[in-house]
Parts: sequence; C-alpha cells; structure tokens
Amino acid sequence: MEYRLPKDIDMTQQASWCPGCGHGIVCRVIAEAVSELGVSDRIITVDDVACGQFGQFALKYNTVMSAHGRTIPVAAGIKNARPDALVIARPGDGSAYSIGIESTLYSAIRNDNILAIVINNSVFGMTGGQMSPTSLPGMKTSTTPFGRDEKKDGSMVDIAKILGQTDMAYLARCAVNTPANIEKTKKAIKKALTKQMNGEGFCLIDILSMCPTNWKMSEADACEFIRNTQSSYLPLGEFVDRGGEE
Amino acid sequence: MAKVLMKGNQALAESCLRAGCRFFSGYPITPQTDILEYLSWRMDEVGGKCVQTESELCGVNMLFGAAAAGARALTTTSGPGFSLKQEGISYLCGSDLPAVIVDVQRIGCALGDIFMGQGDYWQLTRGGGHGDYRTIVLAPCSVQESVDLAYGAFDLAEKYRHPVIIATDAALGQMMEPVELPEMKEHDMEKYDWYIRPRKEDEPQRAIWNRYWDWEDGGHKYPAYILDKYGRMEAEEQRWEEVETEDAEIVIVAYGTSARVAKSAIARARKEGIRLGMIRPITLWPFPKKAFDELGSQVKGILDVERNILGQMKDDVILADENRHPVEFYGEYWDNTSEFKIVEIAKEMLEKY
Repeated sequence: MEYRLPKDIDMTQQASWCPGCGHGIVCRVIAEAVSELGVSDRIITVDDVACGQFGQFALKYNTVMSAHGRTIPVAAGIKNARPDALVIARPGDGSAYSIGIESTLYSAIRNDNILAIVINNSVFGMTGGQMSPTSLPGMKTSTTPFGRDEKKDGSMVDIAKILGQTDMAYLARCAVNTPANIEKTKKAIKKALTKQMNGEGFCLIDILSMCPTNWKMSEADACEFIRNTQSSYLPLGEFVDRGGEE
Repeated sequence: MAKVLMKGNQALAESCLRAGCRFFSGYPITPQTDILEYLSWRMDEVGGKCVQTESELCGVNMLFGAAAAGARALTTTSGPGFSLKQEGISYLCGSDLPAVIVDVQRIGCALGDIFMGQGDYWQLTRGGGHGDYRTIVLAPCSVQESVDLAYGAFDLAEKYRHPVIIATDAALGQMMEPVELPEMKEHDMEKYDWYIRPRKEDEPQRAIWNRYWDWEDGGHKYPAYILDKYGRMEAEEQRWEEVETEDAEIVIVAYGTSARVAKSAIARARKEGIRLGMIRPITLWPFPKKAFDELGSQVKGILDVERNILGQMKDDVILADENRHPVEFYGEYWDNTSEFKIVEIAKEMLEKY
C-alpha cells in the first residue's frame, strides 16, 4: 500500500506535538476528508489555545486562533460573515466541555451551521495532564493523583448525554487509535461537512485521541487504553443524525 | 438629508449599519438593550446578521470571528457586560482585529444600578483584560455626535487593525434628539489582504493569531510593533472640544452627559462674571494631553466633573496637566450632576487658589 500525503497537509512548518499524539492524525484525517469531498477552497478552521493550535502548522487552510474555550462561537461568527465557507472548529475536551461548555451547548441549541471536531484525550494536555471533564472515573491525573473520585470531583462528562437532547444536526464519537477507527472518523467528518453544505446545522464529532505523555504510557499502550478503557466509558457511535434542511 | 428625531441608542445602531456594519452579536443589558432590539429587525432589512447570544462572552467571541472574516462587526453592552467582554477585547488587540464595541455606561460596581452614570472610565481606558494593550475610546456628548463617531469608528478600527470602543451613557442612550443620519455604505469584505476567507490553492496561508509570537530574523518584533501602533494613536487621534478656555480661570474637564451639564454651568457662571471654561475629551484614550499644553497662564485650577464616586478620570487630568494646576473633583452618584454645584465649587476654587 502506498501512502500519499494529503495535499492540504503542510510538512514545511513544525507542529511539535509529542510522539504518539492523536492531534496529527486528526489533522491528517480532516485533510483527507476535505480533499476527497473536493472542498479545500471552502475551508476555514478555528484553532484553540493549547495543543490544538499547532494544527495551524499542519493544515494549509486559512485559520483563526480563538481564546481558550471559544473556538465554537468564533466559528459561528465566521460562518455568519461568510456563509459559503465551511467552518471547522477544533477545540479539545477541556475547551469544549469545561470552560466553553455553554458555548458548545448554545451552538447546538441555535443549531449553528458549523462543525466542531473535539479532540478528546480526557486530560488538559498542554498544561500537563490535569483532570478534564472527560477524565474517566478512577483515572489518575495530576489533579486527581489518587484517581478521579466522582463524589469529590463530579461525574465524567459524556457529551452525547448532554447534546443528545438538542435539535443539532449530527453528533458522533469516533477514535483514532486503530486504522479502522481512523477510517470511520474520516467518514464522520465527510458526513458532517456534507451536512454543513446542505445547511443542516450544528455537527459535533467527539474524537477519542491518544495522549501518551500525560497518560504516562507508551504510544502503543495509549491506543490500547482507548480500546479497553476510554471507549468503554465513552462509547463510539452516532448519537444524533438529523437529515434535511429546516 | 433632513433631520429625524431618534433615541440615542437607536440612532447609534442605525449609524453603524450605515457605516457598513453587517454583523451584530450581543446580550440584553440595561441601558443598552434598545440597540439589540433595534438591530434584531433592522439588521435583516440591510441583509446582515444579528445574533442574540447566550452571554456577553459569546457576544464578543462571535464578533471576533466575524471581524476575522472581514465583516464590519459590532457588539454593545453596559458596565457589567463590558467587564465580561474584556478577555475578548484583549484577544482582539492581540490578534490585530478591528471591531466596534459600545458601552452604554451605567453606575456603580457589581450590580450598581441601571441609571445614568459614568462608572466605566477605568475599565474603558485601562482595560480589565490581560497584557499590554490600549484601545481608542470615543466619548460622544449628543445623539448627533454618537452617530458621527459611530460612523467613523469602523474606519478608525481598520486604520489601526484594532478595536475601537464608543463610550456613551444611559442618558445619551435614552434621550431623543434631532439627528442627521449619514448615507448608507456597503463594506467590501475582500478589501484587505489579511481577511480570513477560504484559501485559494495558489495563495499563501492566512492566519489570525497571537501577534505576540511574531519573530523576524530571530528577534521579537512585537514590542516595537505595539509601541509604534499605540504611539501613532497617541500622536494622531487625540480629540477634544474646548469651551471658552481662552480666558477661563477655572477649567472643567468633563465628557459625555457630564459635559452637557458643564456647558450650562459655564453659561450660568459667566452671567455672574465667573470665567469658567471646559476641555471636553472626545477621546478618553488617547487622552487629549495636547489640550492642556495650550492652556493660558490665567488658569487657576481644574475641576474634573464626572458621574461616579471616586473620580476615575482625575488621574488622567493630573497626568495631562503635568501638575501645573490644582485639580479638584466633583462627582454625583445617585443625584443628577448640578450646574449650580459646579458654579459653587468654581467660586470656592477661585477663593482658594
């Protein structure tokens, strides 16, 4: 099998993610999905503060960096100004489900016609692996050294349970730990971008993504951790899939 | 064009549309809400988008996105809401994005109250956001001036690629006055080469991001860049009105609605033979320092008149005057600023100094 670099991936700049990180895979999958749909000249991305911002160097699309937690309203602002653009926000789980949860929730409620791709690694990565909303019960992080205690720290956030109540267009959870899951992720991104082209509304794809550095495990073990643990608490699948415009 | 009678908030909103503003995102807060209400139907008529956001935070961040995409974008609020927008304003400054933010000021910290006040001078001119930034702050004192300043604010914002703040107040927002509205303009969303639009295959990547990281030849160019930017604003954008300062012995410094009362006080004082004058800052930042350099040797003292408790502008007056004159403060909180009280204080100052 011959691997070709997607044309929208830029290898001239340095993205500087850690080895085994899922961010680079997600960027590659976005680039593949976009070029397979033939819409490279319609994309604008919004990067978050923290690890996600390096995506600007990996992807060739014109891009805006927002304040932490505000990629989704910034993307909605861009979409309002340029309705013909296909706008992709790329927050992390801390951004989309903690500091920015009301922004995420309200874009779903307003059904803003944008796509949010949430890189979910169950920790705050850039700041060194603190508990995030999606840290699993019992998961050790730098702020839950004895494991996440749901009585003390609150319960884990499963965004499918929260957004499942809204009239948003599409909600799915994918993962980038295996080639098969990466293919499914690409399919979900293509589906969501097609929905945006059809004016269907808010799409969010929660992508379980490896963080070997903060999980303190090898790259291979991090992929296994998603398979055996993270995806058992946060099951993969499509949770909302509404078709048709208005 | 014939004059029409309009409420300050609505006239300001209409003027923004006529300047080519086609995006608004905001949240209800008294005494600003008329702007949101007006734009909720009027924006549709001009083919723009008006979003009532779930919070002030969303309001400023949607504005951030629309501004990055090249729209002339507006958000409006009042004191407590302006506090919430400060992070976004810091990001607009750090990302070199033009936008217009209106603060229809009210009174007091925390909830304070919804009444007439000038409670926000500090947060308008110092900013509550993080980092080294300044914003041009325009302070009208009539409905017509609200219209005129709003119409030019977008050009000013684009000139510097920087947010511009308009500071009105509850009285200016709620009063009706005859006003001449400017012509309707359309804004060209492809006007500048930095606007974010989808990248065409042969174009270089465009990115709106943290200017703090700008490097050139291995050295930081950000400090020189912002020193130059803010230096040019200070040199070129100071605006003020002088009222009978030529022979004034006591010079009032007041802006917005306070300046209107001060004008009445000047007329009253002069009937009694008291030579009162005024410097009215139209830009709160850059503060009109040049006006103070031109004051004559007959000036005996300066009276800062504001609608707040602590005299938020007084420090700027002292700095601009470079300690040449004694500076006193007269502020009201719950009651209206009184022209009688201003004349009384001026008399006391003349006896003292």
